[in-house]
Amino acid sequence: MKMARAAAIVLALFTFLGCSKESDSFKIGAVLSVTGPASFLGEPEKNTLLMLQDELNAKGGVEGRKVQIVIYDDESDVNKCVMAAKKLIENDKVAVVIGPSISGNTLAIAKFFAPAKIPLVSCSAAEKIVKPVDPWVFNTPQLDRHAVGKILMDAKKKGYAKLAILTVSDGFGQAGRAVLQELIPAQGLALVADEVFGPKDTDMSAQLTKIKGAAPDAIICWGTNPGPAVVARNRAQLGITTPLYMSHGVASKKFIELAGVSAEGLILPAGRLVAVSQVPDGNPQKALLTKYVADYTKKFGTAPSTFGGHAYDALMLVTEAVKMGKSFKPQDIRDNLEKIKAMPGTAGVYTMTPENHNGLDESAFVMVTIEKGEWKVVD
Amino acid sequence: MDQASLLQYLITGLTVGATYGLTALGFTIIFNTTGIINFAQGEFVMLGGMMSVFFMRALGLPEPLAIVLAVAGTTLIGALVERLAIRPVRDCPAINLVIITIGVSILIRGAAMLLWGKDTFALPAFSGAAPVAFFGAALMPQTLWVLAISLLILAGLKMFFSRSIHGKAMLACSFDPKAAALVGIGVDRMVLLSFMISALVGAVGGAILAPITLTSFDVGVMLGLKGFAACILGGLGNPFGAAAGGLILGVLESLGAGLISSAYKDALAFVILLALLFVRPSGLFGQKDGKRV
Amino acid sequence: MSVGYRRDMRWLGGFLVVLLLAPPLLGNNYYLTVLTMCCLNAMIAVGLSLLVGHAGQISLGHAGFYGLGAYTTAALSTTLGVPVGLSMLAGVGATSGVAALVGLPALKLKGHYLAMATLGFGVILSILFNETVGVTGGPSGFTGIPRLSLFGVEFSSDLSVYYFILALLGLVIWVAFNILHSRVGRALRALHTSEKAAQAMGIDIARYKLFIFVVSAAFAGLAGVLYAHYLTFIAPASFGFLFSVQLIVMVVLGGMTSVPGTIAGAFFLTVLPEFLRAFENVEILLFGAILVLCMMYLPDGLAGGSSRLWRLVWRKMFVRAEKDPMEGGGNG
Repeated sequence: MKMARAAAIVLALFTFLGCSKESDSFKIGAVLSVTGPASFLGEPEKNTLLMLQDELNAKGGVEGRKVQIVIYDDESDVNKCVMAAKKLIENDKVAVVIGPSISGNTLAIAKFFAPAKIPLVSCSAAEKIVKPVDPWVFNTPQLDRHAVGKILMDAKKKGYAKLAILTVSDGFGQAGRAVLQELIPAQGLALVADEVFGPKDTDMSAQLTKIKGAAPDAIICWGTNPGPAVVARNRAQLGITTPLYMSHGVASKKFIELAGVSAEGLILPAGRLVAVSQVPDGNPQKALLTKYVADYTKKFGTAPSTFGGHAYDALMLVTEAVKMGKSFKPQDIRDNLEKIKAMPGTAGVYTMTPENHNGLDESAFVMVTIEKGEWKVVD
Repeated sequence: MDQASLLQYLITGLTVGATYGLTALGFTIIFNTTGIINFAQGEFVMLGGMMSVFFMRALGLPEPLAIVLAVAGTTLIGALVERLAIRPVRDCPAINLVIITIGVSILIRGAAMLLWGKDTFALPAFSGAAPVAFFGAALMPQTLWVLAISLLILAGLKMFFSRSIHGKAMLACSFDPKAAALVGIGVDRMVLLSFMISALVGAVGGAILAPITLTSFDVGVMLGLKGFAACILGGLGNPFGAAAGGLILGVLESLGAGLISSAYKDALAFVILLALLFVRPSGLFGQKDGKRV
Repeated sequence: MSVGYRRDMRWLGGFLVVLLLAPPLLGNNYYLTVLTMCCLNAMIAVGLSLLVGHAGQISLGHAGFYGLGAYTTAALSTTLGVPVGLSMLAGVGATSGVAALVGLPALKLKGHYLAMATLGFGVILSILFNETVGVTGGPSGFTGIPRLSLFGVEFSSDLSVYYFILALLGLVIWVAFNILHSRVGRALRALHTSEKAAQAMGIDIARYKLFIFVVSAAFAGLAGVLYAHYLTFIAPASFGFLFSVQLIVMVVLGGMTSVPGTIAGAFFLTVLPEFLRAFENVEILLFGAILVLCMMYLPDGLAGGSSRLWRLVWRKMFVRAEKDPMEGGGNG
């Protein structure tokens, strides 16, 4: 008797949790690393999505339907990400999923989407996500390959022949390191030192001292905050004058704040978002970037980072695909995503094809330097 | 390998090692009175740094005042942790108390994240950021501050435990709380005191290190881990051992990164630590019978 | 066999029946995923409870054993093309072997020193998972691991994988109960109470400690190989120090000496974050608070707490008339 009642309560609870009210809104899922080590990616992404949701709905939604974004936090943890993705697919029955924020999590859940016939537009950059192409998986950030290409072009122009690399030992650093190890010799340059640091390390003097001993012409550091800021500070403290390149992973105001004066003169490839005012007027991204920066700054009190932009682009690509086909069916959204041509986004100008599910090229980056605490475009 | 580089590795190692040593000191104080390992120790260090940043930025206070307030605030939090989470369940097995400190550390970390956000912050160096040349190696003034203040704390603790009546009473509690109570020592008060002192030491460490290492709500995890390793390396219960263990650990990592491989520097340090434990089961400076659980 | 043994077996039977019937009741793949993760964590926790709760030896390195199993089977089956059944066996075998090698010197240490040694070992393993990129795929993870299959038959649906994992969890619990009710179990309890006394009675404590350490590592390795082939993707972050701590919390929170309690602890800590998801940023605060309050008010863990609650309810309902001197009062 008691058992039966308990069972009934449990059942009722689950049916209550299991069913969501049917509505005719356009339901988009997102799984982002809002907390945990990758929160510097997930938080601006979440903010951006919520801001855009309000904006789209204020204009009457997309193709006559309100946009409803269901956002789950995976805490930068792969198991939580898997469960969140399943929840979006199975319980929330979303039409498309945006995210995850980090490459490892994307690779872990990517395979769920072909059987579920729901497109995934990832906000993480690893090449493995879109190469080889999974028909149902897209990503929006600029690829590491393009960033490295930009840096090496600049290095060659300046006549640097011997390069040292200093990378962080997480997913971002590992991906960058692999591309650097491949492209530096391929471009006819010499890799004279290859050091790494942990994502939580607080002092990189040892690595820099070792690199100094190898006498490179330039150092390339690959990581996300706060590690590279420590590298910049240690470099200044050790009195090393060898030029230092950073990756696009630090292209946020926070980096300049943390590194302080030691950030002066560093060079890195970055999306145009960091220096909107210096983008020439004719550029197709100009209007959109200006508006995004203004809106975000107004709403959240800080300037947006390029990472938030990845979520912006993902959502805009999805709504564009919906508008193209005037259809909310996942299959149609997928098909139309592949047909997007020359669509400006925050990261660059997207041209998707069935073979290219990233849609950006090297022109998405500009080389910038840091001058008096501000970004300055140098090419 | 030139001498200047070697010296640089040593200086770097000592600076990083001071971080571990200061965290380790906090572990030792609580361990000495209660016999438990306080997993929230790293959080005290984090609070010292983050509260200093907060008092400077939000309230616009000058740095020294901000640090004093941060240290006082953290000490108060240490007292609250003891009163609210530890004292009501003092009679539980040690492992339960350890799990409670894990829960407390999650709680403090979560609160810091909600209050101050997930960003990393820097605190200005106490006396300029220009390095001093020292036999061809660069030495930061802040490093000198850190080493000097660490030594001061260590000496203070040494005096406290060996000379003052309170310090001796705290040691007595760790040997046998019942016997200590019988001779008239207020065990409850001593435990409270130990939490306050270790929070204070942690917070001072967090504040003086923040200019070098930067700080964020989640720095406590790593510091806790390394601090615990430093304690064990030096021999649990011995403040001098804890500080020395921290410095040794820092130097090992730095030399490992410089001379062998930066990817495996942490692994190297731990391999040496394990090898040492297998030879000397109670750490470098621990008593022979390192049982005390 | 003893009454206790029969009671434990009845409990195991009931537990398996409930989990067998759960998927059709829950209805969708999301709940199935959560349940599968619960079973995997429970598998490790049961092994750890033998070590911590019964033998009184702590390990903060079990996430490392879990990872070792996962990476061994992943590398063998994916990179070298070894059949999955065989590579899973090798994964469990490798974990046990390494555990024996590490346990031999480490188990001579006591208390916090043993905690440090196992913790250090776990950290070393997780650095190896991170840095040997050629073998493990490094920090961004190992992709393309084949799905679970035995003798050429693939477990194509998540449901079949779940039932397979459930069956093995049943086996693990059965083995645990049998160990506890055997000579070994009695020796372990003697050892926990007083090592010196146990030794004086002629118990070869070093051998028993090592045995139980290897068994508990093997359970973690088994969970690891299953996890790798279930998720088909693994990354080093899942096998770090924090997970080792979480495992200990599962064991203690559940009630260290009770196998059902440990399983409850594992299920509780796996499901809790999913329920707290709705609270977004406040989740971490709630999680910490719940952990602290549980430990404060349920000092014997979930197992002790539920049996105390049961006694209390029982008395309130049926023995109300009598004035009952609260037995075992004073805590909580």
